[in-house]
Amino acid sequence: MKTVVRVASGQGFWGDSLEAPRQQVEGGDVDYLMLDYLAEVTMSILQKQKERDPSMGYARDFVGAVESVLPAVMERGVRVIANAGGVNPPACASAVRALASGSNASKLRIAVVTGDDLLGRLDELIDSGHPLANMDTGDGLESVRDRVLSANAYIGSTPIVEGLAQGANIVITGRSTDTALTMAPLRHEFGWSATDWDKLAAGIIAGHIIECGAQCSGGNCLYDWRSIPDLANVGYPIAEANPDGTFYITKHPGTGGRISVPSVKEQLVYEMGDPHEYITPDVIADFTTIQLEDAGPDRVRVFGIKGRPATDKLKVSIAYRAGFKAVGTLAYSWPEALDKAQAADRILRERLDRLGLRFDQVMSEFVGASATHGRLAEEELGDLRQALPEVQLRFGVRGSSRSDVERFTREIAPLVLNGPPSVTGFAGGRPKVEEIVAYWPALIDKRVVTTKVEIV
Amino acid sequence: MKIRLLQLAHARSGDKGDTANVGLIALNPAWYELLERHVTRDAVARHFDGIIDGPVVRFELPNLGALNFLLHGALDGGGTLSLKTDAQGKVFSTALLRMSIDIPDDEARRLGIAGMEKL
Repeated sequence: MKTVVRVASGQGFWGDSLEAPRQQVEGGDVDYLMLDYLAEVTMSILQKQKERDPSMGYARDFVGAVESVLPAVMERGVRVIANAGGVNPPACASAVRALASGSNASKLRIAVVTGDDLLGRLDELIDSGHPLANMDTGDGLESVRDRVLSANAYIGSTPIVEGLAQGANIVITGRSTDTALTMAPLRHEFGWSATDWDKLAAGIIAGHIIECGAQCSGGNCLYDWRSIPDLANVGYPIAEANPDGTFYITKHPGTGGRISVPSVKEQLVYEMGDPHEYITPDVIADFTTIQLEDAGPDRVRVFGIKGRPATDKLKVSIAYRAGFKAVGTLAYSWPEALDKAQAADRILRERLDRLGLRFDQVMSEFVGASATHGRLAEEELGDLRQALPEVQLRFGVRGSSRSDVERFTREIAPLVLNGPPSVTGFAGGRPKVEEIVAYWPALIDKRVVTTKVEIV
Repeated sequence: MKIRLLQLAHARSGDKGDTANVGLIALNPAWYELLERHVTRDAVARHFDGIIDGPVVRFELPNLGALNFLLHGALDGGGTLSLKTDAQGKVFSTALLRMSIDIPDDEARRLGIAGMEKL
């Protein structure tokens, strides 16, 4: 049995650095490369792509990532684990397989994990007493049933461990949890049982720390941010784990960024709910038991983690069509930029009222003054208020009527000639109407979700 | 003395649906007790009054010298429904750091923060 396993994170979301996967396998020794591609609404985007072309529906960036790390996979035995399969893991595997030629083609083993996709089973599930009620509002799924685009259960580490046990070089999943991608190889290498709660929890927390890529190694780090070196060459994180569940967060030598106790703390609290119970399909991890220790430059030791048995439910991520939205902007210059933008906002609201348009929401923000901190920022402006060089009015509407949202987009441009003065910044043209795909979180009984692992 | 949280803590925030979370982390582990005593759920709810339209929940993580706040109803529906620039609640962190707390002078002296001017 290995005494140290190194899991490198090479992708924090679909759209993250294209260079990071290769840098992670070339910058030093790693055993596993973990790539996280799926955010809450990604599945619905992929479902739309699959509807247009049945051979699509996965994170296409992954194919390029595998191509860039294939020598390390075939020659040095680095194994890749990714939830890049989206709503079509088999198609993703075929695209990856097509990269390998010659002797590599016979050596490459790809494990494909399926079973998370519940879209085709929704009616059967609802009829057999699984209401898939919205976790936030309590509403039953029937209220949006005819608008559902995708439905996927978040699955845990077990099928990934199975794929690794079958000798896969690459494991491709659909909607597995982000954290399972890191925990699974530790379970596999160290032989942790499915009831080793403290160790499983440690693996999950290692996953939580590295799943957002460089966000734990100096990226988006507020603590002493000016002193963080060489972000242009930021090193992505590596979890270096021991069989007892202790692990170190580190990065390759010669890379930029910084891994420190404060940088790891910032990532630990990111998107945190109740820290006593971070619920995953595998285990409930207790964040109040985590101990951190400075273990040298760019090295933090993490230990003491406790876990408890998992629940009998899986979270389900459902995406549904939820109306339309459009956002437009205009920029107002000094002097009295904020007053002008606020006057324009009042005029626009009055015109929309007079047109009798119906929206679920009308929103305005003043970028440069208060867009992100609202009245907390405006109250503190003081003398700066009249001195602001420019303020951008950012105005948006949302509603179920496409034509009302469309009509709104015609009301921004006229303000350039018939509203308050010193206005510019309309070169982009009319705002675009966008269909909203919203997220519906639900729970389902674990027993009705069966995963399957296939080597292709 | 009045002091801004910016001088006592760092923070990161994120989202879950229509809820923003802010993790508030003491810059010096010794200051955690100060945060725990003065940055109460009610004080944070007052700070964000009119900005969020749901309740505030607070959790303590003394092991990290951190408090975690859940700000419900913070994101105009959240996710893709939200029209806000900060639809994912990424900078509620710095919005919380704007908050000031009032610390008795003897406590400030004991924790070595006396004389830190309000920024």
